Amino acid sequence: MSTHPEEVLRLDGITKRFGELTANDAVSFSLAKGEVVALLGENGAGKTTLMNILFGQYTADNGTVSVFGKTLPPGNPRAALDAGVGMVHQHFTLADNMTVQENITLGTRPLFSGRLDRKAARQRIVELSERFHLAVSPDAKVGSLSVGERQRVEILKALYRDVRILILDEPTAVLTPQETDDLFATLRQAIANGLSIIFISHKLHEVMAIADRVVVLRHGKMVDGVAIKDTDKTALAALMMGAEATPPSVAPANPGATLMELRDVTTRDIGNAPGLKSVSLALRSGQIIGLAGVSGNGQAAMAEIVGGQRKPADGSLALAGEDITKWTPRTAVQNGIARIPEDRHKTGTIADFDLTENAILERYNDAPFSRGGWLDWRKSHRFASEIIEKYDVRCPGPDTTIRLLSGGNMQKLILGRVLEAAPQIILANQPVRGLDIGAVNYVHSQLLEARNRGAAVLLISEDLDEIMGLADVIYVIAEGRLSPTFARGEKTPAELGLWMAGQGFDEPVREEGGHHAS
Amino acid sequence: MNLCAKKGVTMRLEPIENPTVLRKLGLPAAALAATFLVASLLAMAAGANPFSVFGLILKGAFGSKFAVLETLNRATPLIFTGLAVAIAFRAKFWNIGAEAQLYAGALVTVVLGTGFLQWPAFAILPVLILFAVLAGAIVLLVPALLKTRFGVDEVVTTLLFNFIFLLFISMLLEGPLKDPMGMGWPKSARLIPDARLPRIVDGLRLHWGFGLALISAVMIWIIQTRSTLGYEMRAVGLNKEAAAFAGIPVNRVLVKTALLSGGLAALAGFSEVAGLKGSLTLDLSPGFGYTGIIVAMLALLNPLGVVVAALFVAGIFVGADSMSRAADVPTYLADIMLASALLMMVLAIMLTRFRVVRG
Repeated sequence: MSTHPEEVLRLDGITKRFGELTANDAVSFSLAKGEVVALLGENGAGKTTLMNILFGQYTADNGTVSVFGKTLPPGNPRAALDAGVGMVHQHFTLADNMTVQENITLGTRPLFSGRLDRKAARQRIVELSERFHLAVSPDAKVGSLSVGERQRVEILKALYRDVRILILDEPTAVLTPQETDDLFATLRQAIANGLSIIFISHKLHEVMAIADRVVVLRHGKMVDGVAIKDTDKTALAALMMGAEATPPSVAPANPGATLMELRDVTTRDIGNAPGLKSVSLALRSGQIIGLAGVSGNGQAAMAEIVGGQRKPADGSLALAGEDITKWTPRTAVQNGIARIPEDRHKTGTIADFDLTENAILERYNDAPFSRGGWLDWRKSHRFASEIIEKYDVRCPGPDTTIRLLSGGNMQKLILGRVLEAAPQIILANQPVRGLDIGAVNYVHSQLLEARNRGAAVLLISEDLDEIMGLADVIYVIAEGRLSPTFARGEKTPAELGLWMAGQGFDEPVREEGGHHAS
Repeated sequence: MNLCAKKGVTMRLEPIENPTVLRKLGLPAAALAATFLVASLLAMAAGANPFSVFGLILKGAFGSKFAVLETLNRATPLIFTGLAVAIAFRAKFWNIGAEAQLYAGALVTVVLGTGFLQWPAFAILPVLILFAVLAGAIVLLVPALLKTRFGVDEVVTTLLFNFIFLLFISMLLEGPLKDPMGMGWPKSARLIPDARLPRIVDGLRLHWGFGLALISAVMIWIIQTRSTLGYEMRAVGLNKEAAAFAGIPVNRVLVKTALLSGGLAALAGFSEVAGLKGSLTLDLSPGFGYTGIIVAMLALLNPLGVVVAALFVAGIFVGADSMSRAADVPTYLADIMLASALLMMVLAIMLTRFRVVRG
């Protein structure tokens, strides 16, 4: 902290309790002018709570937040904004049907303003986007932009409000490797212009690449604050985990028979995201198939087709040679498809149900959990207890409301729910998004174990590292179309990145709606 | 550039992750206390001593054998409509039309029970119950299908159905169902004796409708906590998306919920006609369908709580009648007490999940 003279932000002894749980335990750190501090920690380590306190969404039980030497009043969300702190959330807060300029200026000016005003605003946006290398047209409708472009709009929105401190929550989760490089160039430009940055991430190599200093949180406590030059990835992982983290080793695959097959499957678009366009894919026993791609390129349609939530508009599906084109989520579960959904909060679990009720969510209608329409709570309870024990779900017990669990423990319950039936086909859609390294390794080793006992795994992920580390064969999905098969190690990340951006396909990807990543 | 030009004291809701037991129980108790405070002020404004007013209400509702029986009789239709609303709201199916379903049950009872079926009581009463339930279920099936097929808001359809159905009943009572011996009043013929619900104890004015209501409450409670259907209804109410993903047939569950809810509300109409009035008139229900919403909300949608809430609400109505005669305070005090109890309880429910902070 002494290397940078001017301190812009200081969190002092922040403590926040939710009942029994201490989300933040006397956390203190500071941020200097022109500095990037990475906030690193397991899921449930208290990063989000800390940021919510900084922004006045929560009131801390103890401790103070000061910006430019002035202490912020607790529990006032405007105070942080007024003091020049801006945040780019993981989930964007943009209005799709408005232009980039309208989104950026929204809330900064009176509702009705003159043309001169708008012209000045436009000029300022163009000037900012040039200075910070944020290429985006002020007149484009946000709904037609790619995810990377939307993120640039979010950053512009913050810069337009003259923020001096920029907080980015998992900003690279939705970007291609090329887009991540662009983002880092922008961030370096911002530092050169005297801004300070808090960078929240799970990806150690990114933290190493961009941060000056890293603050590590574990179980709500701040375990260390070290300068990047004094540490390395292994040391950081150990700090986060409290122990040396070892990624699972991958034994060679031993692929067997085709279990499930998609033949020329075409679906309708899902909102702004394209559907599948004549996709053929075979899921083979004993193999992990990785589906790489930038968010919103047809992954949702693929997951819904395999999971039984969507029927193809054209083409067919076969399970062990039998036609299953017309099936439903229920028949998918009954036919032994394990589905790990993309959003564990909204689709994977029911927040106000307890662990027992969530554990039987897919199989409440089958023995032994019910008989003749009547539930057997004793057996359901025992099933939940088994999952808790076997999959190391950290919770007070099977009667706990699942809302109170961290993301990693929620995911472990979902894993237990679907893997206990020893499924032959596993659909894992972003199974480790937002999880800490410990939970990531755990999920990955479970998937590998399932593969080794002969299951077919379809791994959909926007994290190229995950795909390249785990998948036996790799496909890239772009604009709803599937690339040829690549074997493990056949392509470099940069080469896959080009496919992810829509290049290399037989015919040029249509520019309809402009979904493609540029 | 300043993001917000205006500054003032504003308030905001902050979610409570895990409310304490004190909060969960204390706030509803505080809501009731606040209700009595509001009523006290009004009683004082009417020139009466609030304590004697509440004493008179209590005495009027539970002070004598006659009063207790009167309260139980009044609570009976409220238990049925309260259950109907509670079970539907649990699945987030907003049935505001219990009034129409109540009249559907009453209509079927007088159509079949005034001589159309000439059977002994042990055979005719189950048939009347069955057809009344079916009638209520069908009346609510229409809004349920409009919702699941076309996305039509059931709040609008069920609410409007109340008016349509009441006018339909009015038309029938002026026409084909009009009692020829009724001296011109819009009133149906009387049920045959075997179609009447017997009294629970001979000589006491309490009919078996009340017993049926208690049995229904217990049955609904068992269905909600032990059956797969109850589990489905709760899952759909809490998170439709996750329910659909897990393979719960969301639309089918909503339709089943609607059938059950409509059937329960219709039992209120059956029990009022067969147990109390003996014939159908347009003033059969002084808004039991709407009061059912208050009962369900006060019970926090718990089926057993509905019985307690219905007794509370019925007690206030019955007690207010006799209080009004003794203390010269208008009976409208009862309506105000219920309205404020509902408002306070909704506020209490919100405050168990959120706390108010400045900023």
